[in-house]
Amino acid sequence: MSTTSIHSDVAVADIEEERAGQERFDQIIAEDSRIEPRDWMPEGYRKTLVRQISQHAHSEIIGMQPEANWITRAPSLKRKMILMAKVQDEAGHGLYLYSAAETLGTSREEMVQQLLSGKAKYSSIFNYPARSWADVGAIGWLVDGAAIQNQVPLCRASYAPYGRAMVRICKEESFHQRQGWEILYELSNGTPEQKQMAQDAVNRFYGPALQMFGPPDDNSPNSQQSMAWNIKRFSNDELRQRFVDMIVPQAQALGLTLPDPDLKWNEERGHYDFGELDWDEFMSVIKGRGPCSVQRMQHRRAAHDNGAWVREAAAAYAEKQARRQQDAADAHLIGA
Amino acid sequence: MSFAAGDSATKQSAGNAITPEDIIAAGKKAPEDVATYALYLGDDALMLAQRLGHWISRAPEMEEDVALANIAQDQLGHARFLLSYAGSAWDKTEDDLAYFRDEDEFYSTRIVEQENGDFAQTIARQLIFAIYQYELFTRLMDSADETLASVAAKAVKEVTYHLDHAAQWTLRLGDGTEESHRRMQAGLYYMWPYVDELFNDDDLLRDLADRGIAVLPSTLRESFDRRIEPIIEQATLTQPDVPGAWGGDRSGNFSEQRGHILTEMQVLARQFPGVTW
Repeated sequence: MSTTSIHSDVAVADIEEERAGQERFDQIIAEDSRIEPRDWMPEGYRKTLVRQISQHAHSEIIGMQPEANWITRAPSLKRKMILMAKVQDEAGHGLYLYSAAETLGTSREEMVQQLLSGKAKYSSIFNYPARSWADVGAIGWLVDGAAIQNQVPLCRASYAPYGRAMVRICKEESFHQRQGWEILYELSNGTPEQKQMAQDAVNRFYGPALQMFGPPDDNSPNSQQSMAWNIKRFSNDELRQRFVDMIVPQAQALGLTLPDPDLKWNEERGHYDFGELDWDEFMSVIKGRGPCSVQRMQHRRAAHDNGAWVREAAAAYAEKQARRQQDAADAHLIGA
Repeated sequence: MSFAAGDSATKQSAGNAITPEDIIAAGKKAPEDVATYALYLGDDALMLAQRLGHWISRAPEMEEDVALANIAQDQLGHARFLLSYAGSAWDKTEDDLAYFRDEDEFYSTRIVEQENGDFAQTIARQLIFAIYQYELFTRLMDSADETLASVAAKAVKEVTYHLDHAAQWTLRLGDGTEESHRRMQAGLYYMWPYVDELFNDDDLLRDLADRGIAVLPSTLRESFDRRIEPIIEQATLTQPDVPGAWGGDRSGNFSEQRGHILTEMQVLARQFPGVTW
């Protein structure tokens, strides 16, 4: 047998395997069942998931910063405690998500490098500043609220480890949203200055929070494929609409207004109509022109760089320990 | 990046089971001298929580953001409990005491007020303070004051983890690379002048200790030394040869960092006195 024919046999076997894999994959998707890490999956599916899950992980990690900015100044010890727990949860979410993405064959180190080099994106909302204490409330209520709207359907994402990570994350996110709402509630029922602080925060976060669902459906190139793969269950615009429908009565309960003159109930549609969002701003912020874009990246890079010697020390220590154990085992053998 | 298997430096402790609200609900009123002692311990915990809280989002590894946040929350939990109890003597809340006392009205020791520095400096402080707190709370569990005994019983479980965390890191940094060794040694050197004051007695402490309420700090020194020495040695480090800093009782010899900590911590609360958050 010539080498050429061996190669072509291998190639034929590969094609066969791929065809069978694709068939099984398609069937799983058609049955709305779950893909596990060892299952065959199309390269595009794998890449889409790694991109989406790692972006989500990066968003959790960068998203720690605006709120961490208030830990040392939180105005009561109870609020300080809750805020520390919340920012800690975000680190935890980042870690689950990196783990979920690692099951697809990309290492956390590689994903982190993509973040630090600026190649990978994270949610552009975190490029806005958290200037006042009320911003911590607005981030909880609107930003985490929008995140929940996005993430609850992801608990049913076709890629099982992602779905499982999202179940736990969603539980914690709903606590986050409640604490944000509670902060705003206390403020809007407090002094006029406190209420003004709350209103100002909502005014600044409303638009960017609505943009968290991504561009309008007619301008969202990846959405359709993600929906066909049962990763995404609802379109950007559907999710945005649900979110608006949810927050309007909540804002009324808070006694705060939403900064949108076009916001009104549409009897016919059974939904709230709302005004056009500033998509130029959205695109600019995504491209790195956010008020804190450079600051957020520098903060992350500094934490990473300043920690390099610590990570090296831990690795060196682990190596030394392994060597010592090996030496002890060898000595034992020689002694025997 | 990999840690040695099985001895994670970032496992989590049980968290805060008893809340300050429980203290208020129990309706106990602390005698003034006991309340002042509660402030000694509570102010230490508060300052340390404030320092550790600053690390969150800046830690050398994401797991360490989680771990330091965990320790900070435990310390803040102790502070809330102790300040709430102290406040019962004067009809003040934990927040009245945390946010509306001036610099010279706090009782914290200088070591918890020191700058975080690099990770090694923070770990040096953690090692010293966790051992001190471990010895303290182990003994305070037998306090004649029921409330202090219950806070100690809860705190000792958490502090056991803090001590493990600090010891694990001391070993890794001391016996890691040349650079980490140098930094860890420098961290110990920086913090060491403030070790002695943790074990200073005063009249209030002597009186409360006589009545079985407080633990006399000087009686903890020996077990502190016995516990920290082997960790420093195993980490291939040396105990710094530096004298204890002058001053440092709890009656007003505080550090120049305290003002900065309070300026930051109190700024918003003081801008809006009397409101709820």
